[in-house]
Amino acid sequence: MSATLVSVRESRPARFWDSTNGQKIVMGITGAILFVFVIAHLLGNLQVFLGPEALNAYGRFLRGVPEILWIVRIVLLAAVILHIWSSIKLGRRKLRARPIGYSRKENIASTYASRTMYWSGPIILAFVIYHLLHLTAGIVHPGFDFVEGDVYHNVVASFQVWYVSAWYIFSMVLLGFHVRHGAWSMFQSVGINHARHTSILKNAAAVVAVLLVLGYVSIPLGILLGLVK
Amino acid sequence: MRLTLKIWRQQTRSASGKFVTYSVDNVNSDMSMLECLDVLNEQLIENGDDPVAFEHDCREGICGSCGFMINGIAHGPLPATTVCQLTMRHFRDGQELVLEPWRAKAFPLIKDLVVDRRSFDRIIAAGGYISVSTGSAPDGNAILVPKESADRAMDAAACIGCGACVAACPNASAALFTGAKIAHLGILPQGKPERDIRAIRMVTQMNAEGFGGCTNIGECIGVCPKEIPLEVIAAMNRDYFRGSWRERDNVVTTLRPFTEWSTGSKLKVDPHSGN
Ligand code: SF4
Ligand code: FES
Repeated sequence: MSATLVSVRESRPARFWDSTNGQKIVMGITGAILFVFVIAHLLGNLQVFLGPEALNAYGRFLRGVPEILWIVRIVLLAAVILHIWSSIKLGRRKLRARPIGYSRKENIASTYASRTMYWSGPIILAFVIYHLLHLTAGIVHPGFDFVEGDVYHNVVASFQVWYVSAWYIFSMVLLGFHVRHGAWSMFQSVGINHARHTSILKNAAAVVAVLLVLGYVSIPLGILLGLVK
Repeated sequence: MRLTLKIWRQQTRSASGKFVTYSVDNVNSDMSMLECLDVLNEQLIENGDDPVAFEHDCREGICGSCGFMINGIAHGPLPATTVCQLTMRHFRDGQELVLEPWRAKAFPLIKDLVVDRRSFDRIIAAGGYISVSTGSAPDGNAILVPKESADRAMDAAACIGCGACVAACPNASAALFTGAKIAHLGILPQGKPERDIRAIRMVTQMNAEGFGGCTNIGECIGVCPKEIPLEVIAAMNRDYFRGSWRERDNVVTTLRPFTEWSTGSKLKVDPHSGN
């Protein structure tokens, strides 16, 4: 029985895009692009503490050359789509790979962040969609009047609504979890791991994640506490 | 010592399984986990019951046959130890141990705590070797191997194919196992010529087997009895990335996963019938 089965070969085996490793490489590279974006976006946003002129000037600068703005937007959109595509592929595989679960299972060697990427990811996506409608397009703006071009006013007025701030803070904490795993994992996915350097990289990922959360959360908190008016 | 063992009992792959609780009274604390099961099985046989099926061979932690979950941890709570090497003194008198087989689609259950790990064999067969020409033996010192490379290759080669990494992985991924094989050969000069195609072939077979995809969670290294490092998965990813970029028109085929057993006869005998 098995003798005949051994010789049967699949005609079209899965290759790069269909392989788990290829999908992780796509996820790692797109993740790296998005990681650079969230850092740059934070540095830009922190100018809210410098007052209305600085932030509004920065807003005008970003929209200064529409061609560049749209190239950046298209790259980011492509990265987001591919990042989600690979996570769906891997997530479906995960669901099929263990049809009968354990009655009892302990986690002894992994971080909470790494095990909850499938939760933090979709919530961050929901946040990003809301955030674009909220402060980029100005379509959904509970509790304040959106003024096209007056970035400072829009930010400050919107975060004075406590539940909007709470939603932002919650999402940014999840982004921190996502980055805590993703920021070192992307190196592993493309094949970079070294006995000495990777442990430093993992610690650095944790530090960057904490700084990122503190940085982003400081904006709604500063506004809620009345430090920025 | 006295222990309560809650063991997964399942007659055949298609039968439905359930946990059955046994109490074993005369457990010697120097016994291994498997010897504890031997004692239980003697009891069961004396009572005319079906003994618990579990896989074992060397009982010295080097063959990779044994393995099951103990209280939710593959190979039990002691790091770098297979269940055959796990002595009972690591448990408390009166403790309850839940024994469950590896759970993964690519490891279909055979009976009780025994699963079919031939998917690993097929991954090895896909490329986990070095092609050599026949003829007289080559000169032993013709190829220089740096000591550090030899050590790293040896560390990766320590993998015994037990499957604990798959069992512990939330994705049920075989990345640590496949990575260990790819790294073990790829680090050595003898393995370098086939590095690209080896990674492509082994990864392709691994993906054909129904394992999940590695998302770098790292549970595998916590349970691996041979302490294979996560570095080997990066080595696999690197070789696969490199190979996929450089390949031209290699024909890669995979073995179709099969889960039946040869009965050695043309008669239609079902080896899973249980009697
Ligand atoms: S990598 Fe470790 S856990 Fe996985 S099969 Fe090899 S020895 Fe077992
Ligand atoms: S029986 Fe050989 S490793 Fe446990």
